Amino acid sequence: MSAPPQTGPITVASPSRTAARRSLRDILSASSVRFVVLVLCFLWSVPTFGLFISSFRNAQAINNSGWWSTFYTSTEFTIQNYVTVLTAEGMGNAFLNSIIVTVPSVVIPITIAAFAAYAFAWLEFPGRDLFFAIVVLLLVVPLHTTLVPILRMYVGLDLNGTFLGIWLAHTGFGLPLATYLLYGYISTIPKEIMEAVVIDGATPFTTFTRMVLPLSVPAIASFAIFQFLWVWNDLLVALVFLGTNSEVSVVTRQLTELVGSKGQNWEVLTAGAFITMIVPLIVFFSLQRYFVRGMMAGSVKG
Amino acid sequence: MQQQLQQPEKGSFLSWFTTGVGRVIVALIVPIITFAILWQSFVFMRDTEAPKLLIALVALVVGVVGVWALYIGTNFFIEQLPGRVRDALRPYLFVGPAMVILGVFLIYPAIGTIYLSFFDARSESFIGVQNYAFAFVDSAMLIALRNNLLWIILVTGFTVSVGLLVAVLVDRLSQWEEAAAKSLIFMPMAISAVGASVIWSFMYFAKPITQPQIGTLNAIITGFGGEPVLFLLDKAINNFALIAIQIWLLTGFCMVILSSAVKGVPDELLEAARIDGANEFQVFFRILVPSIMPTILTVSTTVFIIVLKTFDIVYVMTNGRRDTEVVANRMFNELFRFGNSGHASALAVVLLLAVLPIIYWNLRSLREQRS
Repeated sequence: MSAPPQTGPITVASPSRTAARRSLRDILSASSVRFVVLVLCFLWSVPTFGLFISSFRNAQAINNSGWWSTFYTSTEFTIQNYVTVLTAEGMGNAFLNSIIVTVPSVVIPITIAAFAAYAFAWLEFPGRDLFFAIVVLLLVVPLHTTLVPILRMYVGLDLNGTFLGIWLAHTGFGLPLATYLLYGYISTIPKEIMEAVVIDGATPFTTFTRMVLPLSVPAIASFAIFQFLWVWNDLLVALVFLGTNSEVSVVTRQLTELVGSKGQNWEVLTAGAFITMIVPLIVFFSLQRYFVRGMMAGSVKG
Repeated sequence: MQQQLQQPEKGSFLSWFTTGVGRVIVALIVPIITFAILWQSFVFMRDTEAPKLLIALVALVVGVVGVWALYIGTNFFIEQLPGRVRDALRPYLFVGPAMVILGVFLIYPAIGTIYLSFFDARSESFIGVQNYAFAFVDSAMLIALRNNLLWIILVTGFTVSVGLLVAVLVDRLSQWEEAAAKSLIFMPMAISAVGASVIWSFMYFAKPITQPQIGTLNAIITGFGGEPVLFLLDKAINNFALIAIQIWLLTGFCMVILSSAVKGVPDELLEAARIDGANEFQVFFRILVPSIMPTILTVSTTVFIIVLKTFDIVYVMTNGRRDTEVVANRMFNELFRFGNSGHASALAVVLLLAVLPIIYWNLRSLREQRS
């Protein structure tokens, strides 16, 4: 971790902090607060960190000494675990499958939801309130409730174990929240702007594509990140709709398989786990602002 | 609307479309056509045996370009229609596809599940409430229900209180320290439950006492002279070991949301209480907590919904063995291992019943917003 900037933020309260905030500090002095936070941060990051270190040690090293021993004994690090997992253990194929599953499962629901959200916010039509109430009603319905009939429908249509099947399922599961969130954003666009565009003779469609969509990019980005993580990290929907065919296995399912078959082979599991985590972690650290917003907004998903 | 009321006598075919009934029927036709086209392209893709990278490419094309092409195409068609029909149809171009998908993937299946929950294992004969009797009487199910309750109470309690504690504490730190601390505690949100399960399996791993421990927790325990603990096998603690993983995953989420609520409490409010002689604990419990209560409730509800549906962690770590079963995992096993869709459906309905109060509450607040 890099040193704090010269302004010395450790003792100088930022201007927004008033006396009210500072007096709590008198009781829980700054250093003890810092200590408690440090302990919590330590507790929260050690598990991931230990796994990360271990994924670069060979099987023998992992099994004979704890990962912490790398700090005080000379250790050889290797990327062999990753090579093995990506090739022999099918993680490479699963990684590609996860991308195939995730991208349309993010784009399709957002597109459909954005159209619907615009209509709910700015168009008048019979059934609007009823339809919107249905969207709200479906927000927290657990997707478990839908699995059995969808599965039967899929078996009938021969959609089981296909990417198409899982895209549609994720589209359905993500749609209520996407519509609700984008509605919340799109309905706050100032009325004057919308009316000005309509006076200029724009149809609803061009208003939507030229005005509403560009203005909604922050909300779309936030939801996209939420949906991306949700789909990428999902296990249940993948297990149910992609089945046991290893050809279409995604990373979460592949890792679950490895836990079952290689339960003690930590060199495989640690590297495998990191491969499943790498994309979400990159998104997390590079797009943290949107990430936080997406998580906050997406907190009610059913 | 008003125009329509002024000219009700117009009886031509086209104006029929603008009546309420006509609009609803048309509203149904448009999305059906949309869906059919979408469907055909999907079916085509299903049947190809193309190499994976090509499928990935086609997936992107269908996902991005395909959906847009459908909207643009349908819009073009609607714009060709005479004025009043066009105006009546337009909104349904926007909401139609969404409503059809919600109907096919949520409403119809939810109703179907409720229906199936009254039928036997193979959905052949009606057996009344026997599946529900199983759900609430069977001894394994009672353990699952108990565990779900344990999960809900402990995870909600811990994540919300630790999240609030961290939110209040980091508020006293400098900006970069706050950002760094939040990042570290929030990071597990990016990790899948499966990944977290592997991370914690490694933490919990136990070796015989004669060998050096490689699992962090048992290394600490034996380092202090204790016996290695079998975290996942010991029935006294295995549920708590699993629950700890969920707490680890969700605390950061609670912290981030509560943190923005804490920052929203006006300083004057806290200061006024202090001038009146309140000590810091009174300020915290009597002023700060009540003023962010709505946020605390929202966060708790969210955690409740997530935990209620807990599946991945249990499925990966123990698959419900040694008294660690939960409802969602049992439902999955009823469906795929025991082939009992009656039981599985009833368990799904139990989960739905648990969120009914929240659905009611959501709808009520929607109505309040509208009025």
